Amino acid sequence: MTAPPKPSLNPVPVKERMKMPRQQMPEQAAELRAANFTEVNLGYSEELARQEALRCIECAKPACTKDCPVGVKVYEFVQLIVAGDFAGAAAKIREDNVLPAITGRVCPQEDHCEGGCLMGKKVKPLGIGYLERFVADYEQRMGVRNLPNVPPSGKKVAVVGSGPSGLTVAGDLVQKGHKVRVFEALHELGGVLVYGIPEFRLPKQIIREQLDYMRDMGVEFETDVVVGRTVAIDELLEEEGYDAVFIGTGAGLPVFMNIPGEHLNGVYSANEFLTRINLMKAYKFPAYDEPMLDLHGKDVAVIGGGNTALDAIRSALRLGARKAYVLYRRSETEMPARAEEVKHAREEGIEFHMLTSPVEFLPDGVGWLGAVRCVRMELGEPDASGRRRPVPVAGSEFEIPLSVAVIAIGTSANPIVQSTTPGLGTDKRGYIQADPETQRTSRKGVFAGGDIVTGSATVILAMGAGRRAAKSIQEYLTTGEW
Amino acid sequence: MFNIVHAEFLAPGIKRFLIQAPRIARKQKPGQFVIVRIYEEGERVPLTIENSDPQKGTISIVVQSLGKTTSLLNSLGTGDHILDVVGPLGKPSEIKKFGTVVVMGGGVGTAMTYPTAAALKQAGNRIISIVGARNKELVILENEMRAVSDVLMITTDDGSYADKGFVTDKLRQLIQNGVPIDLVLAVGPIPMMRAVADMTRGERIRTLVSLNPIMIDGTGMCGGCRVLVDGKSQFACVDGPEFDAHQVNFDVLVQRNGAYRSQERQSMAEYRRELESQLKSTEAEGNGVCVVKGSTL
Ligand SMILES: Cc1cc2nc3c(=O)[nH]c(=O)nc-3n(C[C@H](O)[C@H](O)[C@H](O)COP(=O)(O)OP(=O)(O)OC[C@H]3O[C@@H](n4cnc5c(N)ncnc54)[C@H](O)[C@@H]3O)c2cc1C
Ligand SMILES: Cc1cc2nc3c(=O)[nH]c(=O)nc-3n(C[C@H](O)[C@H](O)[C@H](O)COP(=O)(O)OP(=O)(O)OC[C@H]3O[C@@H](n4cnc5c(N)ncnc54)[C@H](O)[C@@H]3O)c2cc1C
Ligand code: SF4
Ligand code: SF4
Ligand code: FES
Repeated sequence: MTAPPKPSLNPVPVKERMKMPRQQMPEQAAELRAANFTEVNLGYSEELARQEALRCIECAKPACTKDCPVGVKVYEFVQLIVAGDFAGAAAKIREDNVLPAITGRVCPQEDHCEGGCLMGKKVKPLGIGYLERFVADYEQRMGVRNLPNVPPSGKKVAVVGSGPSGLTVAGDLVQKGHKVRVFEALHELGGVLVYGIPEFRLPKQIIREQLDYMRDMGVEFETDVVVGRTVAIDELLEEEGYDAVFIGTGAGLPVFMNIPGEHLNGVYSANEFLTRINLMKAYKFPAYDEPMLDLHGKDVAVIGGGNTALDAIRSALRLGARKAYVLYRRSETEMPARAEEVKHAREEGIEFHMLTSPVEFLPDGVGWLGAVRCVRMELGEPDASGRRRPVPVAGSEFEIPLSVAVIAIGTSANPIVQSTTPGLGTDKRGYIQADPETQRTSRKGVFAGGDIVTGSATVILAMGAGRRAAKSIQEYLTTGEW
Repeated sequence: MFNIVHAEFLAPGIKRFLIQAPRIARKQKPGQFVIVRIYEEGERVPLTIENSDPQKGTISIVVQSLGKTTSLLNSLGTGDHILDVVGPLGKPSEIKKFGTVVVMGGGVGTAMTYPTAAALKQAGNRIISIVGARNKELVILENEMRAVSDVLMITTDDGSYADKGFVTDKLRQLIQNGVPIDLVLAVGPIPMMRAVADMTRGERIRTLVSLNPIMIDGTGMCGGCRVLVDGKSQFACVDGPEFDAHQVNFDVLVQRNGAYRSQERQSMAEYRRELESQLKSTEAEGNGVCVVKGSTL
């Protein structure tokens, strides 16, 4: 980590900087946005961005960078914003992060860069995510491209899955001159970014632009390939001539609750609910063919407290739901969702029922969901995750009338690749075992990272894994050593 | 983009497509299916792979027009393209020597049983095939099924061809005549599969059915295709589509398949209107060519 440049480009005395307020992100008014799928956050103007950048106190040991899983050189790009060199700032971010327009929007910054930012100890942390987003959007608007200019290495790398981990590996390795091809099971690229995270939080156009950028860098994409079914890992290595394979297939399988009534029409997994809306654009039915239950005037609940749960329920609200509830079995402090999403959801009118857990889905008499029976919980002793374990309160059962319920209590490993790749080591839950430093698996030439190794985590952690994998793939390709 | 090498109607509303899909052709096993999306605004629908030719890199599917998507698909012809074809998906059928296998196909289900019947025949089984259709015109793959069967029986609901009646009538006769049956494979409309299951349950004849729940991704990701088998949730796209008929909860399947009935009707009605208005305008222009939305994409 290099220290910030001296002398500083920032004209504001350090003491004064601490007094400057954190610039608010302009956003759509809650009443308006609750009825549309347009992005909630509107983005900084150049003026706001510069204003915010001026607040950085240029720490000698910048914790912001240390706490970013891909090590974005925050203090350096922020100084370039101060200097008005937005394209330079974009290039600086891209040295470490190939998807800045996405991370700037969806990273849980409070756990990473902004969580580390020294300013946060005294006043509010620098708006690093907002600035990253601003710079990336600027780059896109201006059509700035930082394309690799390296001789071809003659090596071929296959990437399985086009989520953030796979895209990071592809972006990093194509810049080393390797031929990189990404295989994706679905008809669209982007993984959870396209089928999970809704338009109002991450417009699909942004992902498409980032993908175009990668195409311009030379990355090849092939959709409609379910690796393990359409082609096996071993066939990629032995028959198609790939020198290394990266597996980034994500934690795709929905977990159900195994309570009575789960088969009723109107009970969805979050994956199905969000896939219908985002990937298949059912919210535009009948212009798009994929149907969706009509939610107008209906009462909808989501079960869970993560980003997925909030994305689902906020989508339901936008599709006309009359009441939109979050049912979460712990208390608000344990909710894993990003802080900003919880705030936005509340402003939009989502009702939160904490310490509440469903025990049964009740039919309406004609095969549809009619209500959910819940039990109240209280927090007991801390469990393995360090969070206090919720325990049911005897005799506290109650019912909530409901037409649609979305289950968002987590996901598990998709077994297709593991079960068709002999000798690929997995843990007892079926996730692929990979070295945490090198992302190497038990199979020579095969690397893995992201949710398929760690279980569901975050975009930036998946990208961090992609970075490490790219580095060790590069090592393997140059030395041939395993 | 996947090229349609050849398309032909087998019966009114039932069309066979030969599609260039080399990766899938190489890997396909009997019992597996593809998911198809025709054009950008289209939905994803599952269709069984009827046959594949790894050398030529082609697969074939047989499609029955039901709602908008299958009707749209069946409006495509040789030289057109399908935007997405992904597969082969699902667990392949278990192929081994069982002894005597009764293969029952109802309607387009006949095409779905064909690859499995052929493979079972090759594995040394005695194949008794029972093919059922509403009427003579809708009997499909007669020659193909004959070629892989030791005995082929055909029924039509209205008696316009072969024997009048249902496929289950033939099965009942076989059972009553004491023909030893080691396995029954039944693929067709849900009521037919349910009737077969009810008939063989008491006889303790192992029976498999291929379930057709609504699917999206086909890779186990959405859980929309879940079916209740032996009281447990199973994902038809990865755990199936074939299941032990005696364990399947058909009521749940029927109920879940009806979830989008009103939207499906709406889609179909709008599609019809669009077709009619196109037909009118082409008639007015007098050029007689009808280009359906999506068919040129
Ligand atoms: C609704 C939702 C909201 C979220 N919100 C946030 C957020 O705000 N911030 C955040 O940081 N994180 C968020 N996350 C988590 C984050 O999206 C994931 O941790 C991250 O996407 C994982 O990346 P990945 O590369 O490991 O896999 P994924 O993004 O899951 O991508 C895996 C890809 O591999 C493909 N694939 C799977 N199997 C195969 C195969 N056999 N062959 C070919 N391709 C295959 C899949 O189709 C998919 O495209 C959210 C998750 C969800 C579901
Ligand atoms: C594993 C599998 C293999 C199949 N193989 C064949 C085949 O070889 N040939 C063939 O003609 N049909 C096959 N089907 C059925 C075919 O997928 C449906 O007929 C088709 O999706 C209907 O789409 P539609 O838009 O034309 O009709 P819709 O208007 O959508 O619906 C008409 C009927 O089809 C059912 N349906 C709707 N969407 C789906 C969906 N995504 N998946 C399954 N059923 C649905 C509905 O419940 C309704 O009863 C198969 C289904 C499955 C699950
Ligand atoms: S990538 Fe995410 S964690 Fe890293 S600096 Fe950017 S917003 Fe912060
Ligand atoms: S920790 Fe905060 S104030 Fe310090 S350099 Fe990083 S962004 Fe600037
Ligand atoms: S179709 Fe999505 S899990 Fe089977």
